[in-house]
Amino acid sequence: MSILLDEHTRVIVQGITGREGSYHTTRMLEAGTKVVAGVTPGKGGQSACGLPVFDTVAEAKAATDANASCIFVPPAGAADAIMEAASAGIKLIVCITEFIPVLDTARAMLVVREHGATLIGPNCPGLCTPGQGKIGIMPYQIFTPGPVGFISRSGTLTYEVVALLTEAGIGQSTCIGIGGDPIIGSTFVDHLKLFEQDPQTQAVVLCGEIGGSDEEDAAEFIKTMKKPVVAFISGRTAPPGKRMGHAGAIISGNTGTAQGKVAALQAAGVPVAETIFDIPDLVKAALARQV
Amino acid sequence: MKIHEYQAKEILARYGIPIQPGRVAYTPEEAEAIARDLGGPVVIKAQVYVGGRGKAGGIQFGNTPEEARAAAARVLGMNIKGLTVQKVLVVSKLEIQEEYYLGIVLDRKTQAPVVMVSTAGGVDIEEVAATTPEKIIKQAIDLRWGLRPFEARNILARAGFPSAVIARGGAILTALAQAFIESDANLAEINPLVLTRDGQVQAADAKIVLDDNALYRHRDYAAWEEPEEANPLEFEAHKEGLTYVKLNGNVGIIGNGAGLVMTTLDMVAACGGKPANFLDIGGGARAEVMAKALTFVARDPDVKGILVNIFGGITRGEEVARGVIMAQQQLPAGLPIVVRLSGTGAEEGRAMLKDAGLDWGKDMRDAAQKIVAAIQAKEKGQQA
Repeated sequence: MSILLDEHTRVIVQGITGREGSYHTTRMLEAGTKVVAGVTPGKGGQSACGLPVFDTVAEAKAATDANASCIFVPPAGAADAIMEAASAGIKLIVCITEFIPVLDTARAMLVVREHGATLIGPNCPGLCTPGQGKIGIMPYQIFTPGPVGFISRSGTLTYEVVALLTEAGIGQSTCIGIGGDPIIGSTFVDHLKLFEQDPQTQAVVLCGEIGGSDEEDAAEFIKTMKKPVVAFISGRTAPPGKRMGHAGAIISGNTGTAQGKVAALQAAGVPVAETIFDIPDLVKAALARQV
Repeated sequence: MKIHEYQAKEILARYGIPIQPGRVAYTPEEAEAIARDLGGPVVIKAQVYVGGRGKAGGIQFGNTPEEARAAAARVLGMNIKGLTVQKVLVVSKLEIQEEYYLGIVLDRKTQAPVVMVSTAGGVDIEEVAATTPEKIIKQAIDLRWGLRPFEARNILARAGFPSAVIARGGAILTALAQAFIESDANLAEINPLVLTRDGQVQAADAKIVLDDNALYRHRDYAAWEEPEEANPLEFEAHKEGLTYVKLNGNVGIIGNGAGLVMTTLDMVAACGGKPANFLDIGGGARAEVMAKALTFVARDPDVKGILVNIFGGITRGEEVARGVIMAQQQLPAGLPIVVRLSGTGAEEGRAMLKDAGLDWGKDMRDAAQKIVAAIQAKEKGQQA
């Protein structure tokens, strides 16, 4: 088992004919993901990466019975693409696009909620269920199947930590990059809830960063969880008021500091790694306590 | 993107929000001329991208054009929190009876703009929030229809605004919400909103922060971008398309992906070093981008060594190595560089670095330790 992405997941790619879209569609297919179609308005009837291309998500869904979408549409049209997918009845929407105006995302979220869909991202690397495939841009070769769920706000940090876990012989159930924007479709808490219910997952690694209060909210939720969680927070050396790359990685006044997040997680009984190299041992200890 | 008070007020005026008449002056003579045009007492307000101008002496008064000139002469060139005042806003002085606060901020949790109002205006709203939070009324805006006039009036009434201000204040708050949404703001504040002795309601000060990601559809506002004097390198980096933040240490840091770069900064600090900057080259960067990033970081005179940390996915190790080698001739001789490559093309990249005599780390920690040691060794050598 896993969360969100399993053998029943049938994916369409919005923006499949673009450079990023076609490159990563090929990589997703290589990883074994059931990508069934692409959508690019104006290119309906063509094919890309060996898949049929449709003008609209509604047409693609009707023809292929897709239930997930991966979005590579440029920023100006990405929120519209999210709303199109949600309106067409796609239940899992993964938006890779960075630099979407934040009010566009906020508006798109109204539609996503109205249709009961799950949005991952925007500005995220997507998700991966080792052994099943991936939706998004994560490098599939670093993953290995196993008992650890993984949630992170950052892409490359995810790869770094997953590589350390895999090296240490710790496999993963599902890994999710939730995105670095101030407004994102699903949060740590949303995915912790799913991991808590997932039979394969025995422990969860949470990689947070400065900005906002999603990690603090996660700490509150973890208090109610049976499964152990190990955390890491990046941005301990980041100064206040500066955006550290991610639009959402900013300390505003006293909120969003790494210290505050570490304290909240520790108060919830979560071991917080000092550096990423401490994560594998903390996970091993957590798994040992589980048995 | 931060904008100045006079620019924020220009946006407010477009939405019919009453502001004092006035103009921007770059010299005391211009300030005097504006004061003469306006007639009557004026306020001279420093236009800098920081709060707390009043306390720092950046807001002064002049009863006559001559006094306005003298006041402008004092404020222009003044240093406020590290920024030199290069322009002042000259406006007619208001006879203030009451001061209120109107603000709208993008709220991450509710995923919507949230209105905040208080009758305790003219002071730092964070202070009000900390000491008397009950004085602040908050309400989220529904983006499907924006803030409707009756909602705005209700919010003001709940916050205890007097009847004399409810109708006009409500219209101003409605307009502020419209300005926020249509300008793609992250923050829009009128602080204070004033009730004058002669019964007018006006925005006496304004602050707006715009969403960088939406500037493509607000070209008139995008043109307002200007270098922050405290961070000229950051402004230039932005023009060059690099995501760069200046910090106060001496270890230059370059990586791919915001989270990884932030973690690299923390790692350098954990190894006893002090990061000089944050630089994210993003995904799929080519050698040219890598070379540009290196020469850019090296321009900071505080930088005594550079750590490059790349986890290859779409970014390829050979490209990174080629970029480092390309930049090498342009970098100061003897500047220590440590490169850590992992993932796609890492083997090939490392071989290229080795041939070029460049140092590399086997992982992030090893690389961080190496660069910190190299800088310390060099500093010791210079002292000896």
